[in-house]
Amino acid sequence: MFSFIGRSIIQKTVTLFFVSVISFLIIHLAPGEPSQVDPMNPKFTPEMVERFRQEFHLNEPLYTQYLLFYQDLFTGKIVSWKDNQPVLAKIWERFLNSLPLFIVGTLLTWTLSFPVGIRSAIFRGGIYDRSATFFAYLLISIPGFFFAYVLIIFVVTVFHVPVIGMETFGMGAASWPHLFMDRVWHLLLPSVLGATGGIAVLSRYVRSQMLEVEGQDYVRTARAKGLAPDQVHYKHALRNALLPFVTMFGLILPGLIGGSVIIESIFSWPGMGRMAYEAILARDYPIILTVNFLSAVLVLIGTFVSDLLYLMVDPRIRL
Amino acid sequence: MTNGPLILEAPLAPKQTRLEELWRLFKQNRLAIIGLFIFVLFFITAILGAVLTSGRDPLFDPALIRLQEKLLPPLSRPHVDALPPQEVPTFGRYLFGTDDLGRDVFSRMLQGAWVSLTVGFVAVGISVMVGIFMGGIAGYFGEHHLRWNHILGVTLLLAATVMGAMGNVWTSLGLLMAGGLCLSLFRLVKPYRKLRFTTAWLFKNAVSVDTLIMRMVDIMLCFPSFFLILTVVALLPASMYNIMIVIGLTSWMGTTRFVRAEFLSLREQDFVTAARALGIGNFRIIFRHMMPNAIAPVLVSSTIGIATAILTEAGLSFLGFGVPPPHATWGNILSGGKGFIFDAPWLTFIPGIAILIVVLCFNLFGEGLRDAMNPKLRER
Repeated sequence: MFSFIGRSIIQKTVTLFFVSVISFLIIHLAPGEPSQVDPMNPKFTPEMVERFRQEFHLNEPLYTQYLLFYQDLFTGKIVSWKDNQPVLAKIWERFLNSLPLFIVGTLLTWTLSFPVGIRSAIFRGGIYDRSATFFAYLLISIPGFFFAYVLIIFVVTVFHVPVIGMETFGMGAASWPHLFMDRVWHLLLPSVLGATGGIAVLSRYVRSQMLEVEGQDYVRTARAKGLAPDQVHYKHALRNALLPFVTMFGLILPGLIGGSVIIESIFSWPGMGRMAYEAILARDYPIILTVNFLSAVLVLIGTFVSDLLYLMVDPRIRL
Repeated sequence: MTNGPLILEAPLAPKQTRLEELWRLFKQNRLAIIGLFIFVLFFITAILGAVLTSGRDPLFDPALIRLQEKLLPPLSRPHVDALPPQEVPTFGRYLFGTDDLGRDVFSRMLQGAWVSLTVGFVAVGISVMVGIFMGGIAGYFGEHHLRWNHILGVTLLLAATVMGAMGNVWTSLGLLMAGGLCLSLFRLVKPYRKLRFTTAWLFKNAVSVDTLIMRMVDIMLCFPSFFLILTVVALLPASMYNIMIVIGLTSWMGTTRFVRAEFLSLREQDFVTAARALGIGNFRIIFRHMMPNAIAPVLVSSTIGIATAILTEAGLSFLGFGVPPPHATWGNILSGGKGFIFDAPWLTFIPGIAILIVVLCFNLFGEGLRDAMNPKLRER
């Protein structure tokens, strides 16, 4: 157990190191330079460019830049090249904006896909199962940005509520139920959109797990000895079918920092994804690299947590 | 014992090739058949579209701007007297309407179909090739070890490439020679290896090939894929080929894992041992004997991969990256129509539904293929 923890921590640190090197190289070896983002701007004289390069160590060799960058990152001193604000504070602010989307989306995914998946496994081959399967494929295949516009047209024409942004501008004097409902409407569409893919994939997965367990001998025994179908399905089969999903709690962790770029730009939601997108457009390397690094850290922690959870939940696994 | 010859003469079961059996199972899945049908239709449309919309005087001109005809709904007739005769659309109608510059959406959709098709196939082609190569090596040569001098040499060669890319020619050449020396050192030093204790560590086994490749997969899986693609595409000059290559190079990990897993089990089987005993070369064993047995899951995952690649490309064009503007893609038609969703909803719905149908058909086809290849469903 402890040797497993130690080994995987070492392994993940090495992986993280390579991720940091590769992402640094990808960004710095791409053609073009951050100091040339806006060559037409008359304020950007050659002296300014030189000062800019001096200030952000762009004159140094690459390995020095790499060391300086990660030194700044770990001491928390790193600043955005665009507005000289500390990167970590900026990310934290945007993270707090993305968090409600993530929480509502995850709750929707996990509460909807289990009943759907279990039901279609129990009545497999029936009309419910087939239509659920088809809808799952439909949801996987629909492009998010198109679905977003369909939902916007629907909600705006039917309910006459504004949905773009985090809240309606200029609602200052309204009563709090109005403010609350306004927030809910603005939150609803982007989180539903964030959850669609997850619902489709997860409900398919629940169905296949459930089918596999239902085909096993002990379930047939339970049925043969005359237990009520509900008891067989929910007490005997479901408990074992749930096993793999415990590990998925670790795997949703990276979603914390993902924040869909497309959905957040459609809804003008000032979250992580949008910040990353703006940083890419402005060639703001510190933000791009920090977001990348943090998300790699979360992926690694996520797989680690899911391994650990598997170890705890399934007594058959011994490492 | 008396009925021994009878058994021999008894009629054998009708011989079915693998493909026939696959087709028989596949046929039972109605959704998958629909998927296959739309797939063929899309293929033909895309090729016809590429032919009909290119050239000097195309039948459907996707770039022709008619400002007096802007935002006409689908199936509307052009104002014939306001247009020069050569600018009247081919069927005398705007089948899918016109956009905000008066360009014919039908022609633009035809042109965009080709982009979606090529991006899907080329990107997945790249990722499958890389995946099979890496997975094959990891599965077949996995036990072999790399020595430190290999690692050092490759690192030096990579550094040389980096320096070359930065325009530092002399450092690059020096590193190149050092790297080459490191890799060939083994041959040169071998006879004296016992004598040189200082360099002995260079020839120690460092890491197995399998570990190395699987760690590379882990590293690639750490990157948030859409964000990485977006970053690279935004930094590189805009072109269709860059998108294909970038999508391909960021999605090979799944294939590698499948192929490696299949190879690990195939490697131990008798026919591979027999082939090796006959003195057949490694690469012939890999590609002629093992690959046909390992290709099934790759085929399924690549069908679904095409769907994902089409979606990714559409998302990138929607955000304004990728294929440069005058060329139409389904993503940028939709993105151009987003300012008019209430006045001209067809600019959103036509490309959106087209993407949805094509991606859906690839997904259904892939899942049907997976079911048909599933040995549990075969009757034997």
